[in-house]
Amino acid sequence: MSHDVLLFLTVFAACAVEAVEAVTIVLAAGITRGWRSAWAGTITALAVLAIIIALLGPALSNLPIGVLRLVVGGLLLIFGLQWLRKAILRASGLKAQHDEDAIYAEEVALLRAGGEERPGIDPFGFTVSFKGVLLEGLEVAFIAVTFGGNQHNVGLAAIAAIAAVAVVVLAGVLAHKPLSRVPENTLKFGVGVMLTAFGIFWGAEGAGAEWPAGDAASPLIAVFILLVSLGLVSVLRRRQTPAASVGAEAIA
Amino acid sequence: MRRLRAFGAFLYDFVIGDDPRIAVVVVLALGLTAVAAEAGRAAWVVLPVCVVGVLAFSVLRVGKD
Repeated sequence: MSHDVLLFLTVFAACAVEAVEAVTIVLAAGITRGWRSAWAGTITALAVLAIIIALLGPALSNLPIGVLRLVVGGLLLIFGLQWLRKAILRASGLKAQHDEDAIYAEEVALLRAGGEERPGIDPFGFTVSFKGVLLEGLEVAFIAVTFGGNQHNVGLAAIAAIAAVAVVVLAGVLAHKPLSRVPENTLKFGVGVMLTAFGIFWGAEGAGAEWPAGDAASPLIAVFILLVSLGLVSVLRRRQTPAASVGAEAIA
Repeated sequence: MRRLRAFGAFLYDFVIGDDPRIAVVVVLALGLTAVAAEAGRAAWVVLPVCVVGVLAFSVLRVGKD
């Protein structure tokens, strides 16, 4: 039960974060290059994603559970650690915070620099929407398929992913502007912790280790990783000098 | 060929990201866990220790720069 709740919350939060980024890009493309092209790019990307998921999902569920846990645990761990690393650097001020307003302004400037809007389907607006939705969607699919496959509950992971995307798209349609009020940086920190914790749990099990607390180990690992991450943020914040803050711009 | 290379670059950036040492340590730690499990040792300790070590090394190194 606790695993199902954790699975749902992790997939929902991760997918919501990615959906916010995709919605920002599509909004910028729609407003500057026309909604027809933005929608066409979005729908084509969703179709490509559906094909990828249809191919990837069954392939993963056909693997023996030990191999699946080792491979997926390892991948999730590498992926989650990269996510957590960025989140720690952002929280400590060493990397610029993810700012949807700034990203939106940047996308709009880029799209406006792309010349006059063409009648019919504008190739520039189409490509930007397509790439944005496909790349962010691949992350959503990767998380949903790996989590769902490992827990033998792809259905629940898919529901969490669809619910997250639906909530974010609805909020985007209603707001008609970038969703800068979503606490994206905090969500990313939490998702990084969860991906890393599940990666450790499944990776170790896949390699043949047995956790002393059994299934109850995964929330304990998450708490451990959270405390370590907060400790690292605290150390980095204390270490920071005005000179380091200037250097942070270059890293971001 | 150009598209294949671009896809490879995307995959690398998607999974490996900014610090490739993290991926190397994770793979080595999984191998070490398997060896420890085979030898009947407390293999579950390996991964959390290695993960915390590489994460701390990676972020503190950025802090130093």
